Amino acid sequence: MSYVIRRLRAFPLVLIGVSIIVFIAIRLVPGDSITAMLGTEAGLLTPQQRDSLAVYFGIDQPWPVQYWRWFTGLFSGDLGISVTYGKPVLTVILERFPLTLELALLAMLIALSIGVPAGVFAATRNERPADLGVRVAAMIGQSTPSFVVGLVIIYILSAGFGVLPTMGAFTPIWQDPLQNLGQMILPAITLGCAFASSVTRVTRSAMLDVLSDDYVRTARSKGTPERQVIWRHALPNALVPVVTLSGIEFGYLLGGAVIVEQIYALPGLGRMVLEAILQRDYALVQGAVLFIALNFMIVNLLVDLAYAALDPRIRLEGR
Amino acid sequence: MTSKFKYFLGATTAVMIGLSAVAGHADAATLRMAWAQDATGLDPHKQTAFSSLRLLELIYEPLVRLDADLKIVPGIATSWEFSADGKQLTFKLDPKAKFQNGAAVTSADVKASFERILDEATGAANRANYLSIESIETPDAGTVVFKLKQPDAPILTAMTDTNSSIVPASEIAAGTIGTKAVGSGPFKLEKWDPNSKAALVANKDWAGGATGVDGIEISVLPDETAILAAMRTGQVDFALLNDPLIATLVPNEPKLQLNRAPLLAYHVLQLNPARKPMNELAVRQAISCAVDRKAVLDTASLGEGQVTGPITAPFFASDPNSLFCYKQDVEKAKKLMADAGFADGFSATVIAATGEPPTAAAEAQVLQSQLAEIGVKLDIKMMELNVYVDTWLKGDFDMAVALNGGRPDPYTMYNRYWTKNGNLQKVSNFADDTLDKLLQDGRAETDPEKRKAIFAEFDKQLAEKAPWIWLYTGYGYIAQQKNVQGFVPMPTGSLVSLGKVTIQQ
Repeated sequence: MSYVIRRLRAFPLVLIGVSIIVFIAIRLVPGDSITAMLGTEAGLLTPQQRDSLAVYFGIDQPWPVQYWRWFTGLFSGDLGISVTYGKPVLTVILERFPLTLELALLAMLIALSIGVPAGVFAATRNERPADLGVRVAAMIGQSTPSFVVGLVIIYILSAGFGVLPTMGAFTPIWQDPLQNLGQMILPAITLGCAFASSVTRVTRSAMLDVLSDDYVRTARSKGTPERQVIWRHALPNALVPVVTLSGIEFGYLLGGAVIVEQIYALPGLGRMVLEAILQRDYALVQGAVLFIALNFMIVNLLVDLAYAALDPRIRLEGR
Repeated sequence: MTSKFKYFLGATTAVMIGLSAVAGHADAATLRMAWAQDATGLDPHKQTAFSSLRLLELIYEPLVRLDADLKIVPGIATSWEFSADGKQLTFKLDPKAKFQNGAAVTSADVKASFERILDEATGAANRANYLSIESIETPDAGTVVFKLKQPDAPILTAMTDTNSSIVPASEIAAGTIGTKAVGSGPFKLEKWDPNSKAALVANKDWAGGATGVDGIEISVLPDETAILAAMRTGQVDFALLNDPLIATLVPNEPKLQLNRAPLLAYHVLQLNPARKPMNELAVRQAISCAVDRKAVLDTASLGEGQVTGPITAPFFASDPNSLFCYKQDVEKAKKLMADAGFADGFSATVIAATGEPPTAAAEAQVLQSQLAEIGVKLDIKMMELNVYVDTWLKGDFDMAVALNGGRPDPYTMYNRYWTKNGNLQKVSNFADDTLDKLLQDGRAETDPEKRKAIFAEFDKQLAEKAPWIWLYTGYGYIAQQKNVQGFVPMPTGSLVSLGKVTIQQ
């Protein structure tokens, strides 16, 4: 418990660091909210017009003043107002987040349900044709970019079968679960496939390690059925690297999957951040990155706790 | 286990997609529209992005509009008249015109709208077109008189712009322009979820009469391949496309139709005459002669467009073949380079924006290979759009591949670059007495034929002085299901005819 508290205490420091880096980075890029809104027409503005727009976008003050204003707002839960959406940043993020979370969970579900069994399957048939087949498939899955998979799926469905899930107008799961799943399943498969490949490879090598361990030999020599040896004795121990990998991947997915969201027109966090950067919606970029960083840290903490659950030999206190 | 799971996954996927595809068929009288780039805001006086204008022109109306031939036709005003000395412009407003909050559109709203545009605190880009306005008078609720400091023929064309829309004086006072859309146009904005979807419903009080559809549902599908796929399955009725590579695939689909509208916007290679050696007339002319404009068009844009001179509005445009060196002449180009003392050529950097237009990178590459023939070595620098705009506005480039917006009136289109105190002198870096005088003459002249002659001379001079190398104009692409009827493609890219579009069952 004290471990968790110690980890949580580090959160604010990391977040402040992240917020400063993002704050500076986005402002170092040439162009600002005014040129983002007006494009080349911004050149027609008089200096007074420019000044009044700078006040409107909140970019009239020097950087430290802008940062301080934003930073002090955080303590009252105020992440600022998004100029493109005309709403509080937190509201915009929370509107987008359920989709991103759902997509991440579905993709993980798909990846783990394919990857873990496939990895175990390959490990138990080490260097036999079935193993090679799985490894080649995993290699292909891992090296095919998701935009290729996505576009091929869309093309085959629309040109070959004349069907396509509704795109653009996204339906939240609590409004119409069926329609929602119809919209989410293809993006989840697209994301899940690539990740399933890495899970397969990691599971396979971890299983091979574990299967050569003494306790597995002992279990086998006691006459324990092979099924039980693999699924009950070997697999849980082989899962530690899989959990690490999944944790990192899940953390990334919670930051949004830009390419898949782009192809399937899903209004998730990834596209929101991308558009916010292109529009130089500073408050939204800052708020979103902070939110994503927080998610990442929480997921990391949960992963570390999961180690202890999976393998009691790992003691968190001692590290 | 694995195969059972795959079977389960496959089956559920098929069922879900089937269900959602069926559920996707909304009310048939709603036009389902898609585009890749969403509007960026709702203030009609501030938003200049192409998609913002396309959304706002369905909600707001200006005093006057342009038709497909770029002739000025009534908007909120039913008639208008210049005084004999050209210094007074009087509008009669449509008594039926009503805002979507139920209030009539009066001369007070017109006055308040233009005062908002002229107020520097607003930051309206169109303000630059209205500097000749001395005062605005409202003798009665249905009449507006603009008093001008000097004769200004192009001001009427500027007023057709969505950026000059009339907004309610009450909303200006309340400070809600940009957060709440209250216009007098054919559709009301019911819901807008940026970068995702927008819902428009028909405005029953529209002065233009009943609309052909009950509403428009706009989806943002950022990938144009996905837009085409959604149209193929009948999920989308109507879509704006940017990329010629995707648009040219539309006619392969039996149920779809592609509308092409030649646009006023022009693709151009901007030279920077403030930098050596582009400050030498002979060098600029050599570059003009070395470029094969048709080849740029054919290679970068699949031939989708027309080679153009500086002026792109059909009424004023000259025949490109009559302009200086519009037929590629490498020998002449080499001779000009040698005369200027650059027989061995030189190196320069050309900037271009990533994906804006989609053909930018390809154009830069074709130009690179063409100019290599006369020893000009181009280094291509691709930039994110906003970085490009910032660099462009500072005039910080040797050369720039650009897609610049066109205007129906040559004065409004070019005074910013080629008059001596144009707002974008910093970008063009080229001041010239002849060009300046021709533009000023064209502004003051009200007789259309005389204006045409003035701008023809301007076109010729500009091509010959070659501060920029004008290349071609492209098409605006609208893909639609064949049962969508009554859409009129416009050279401005405008979608105003959606007010009268119908869907045949």
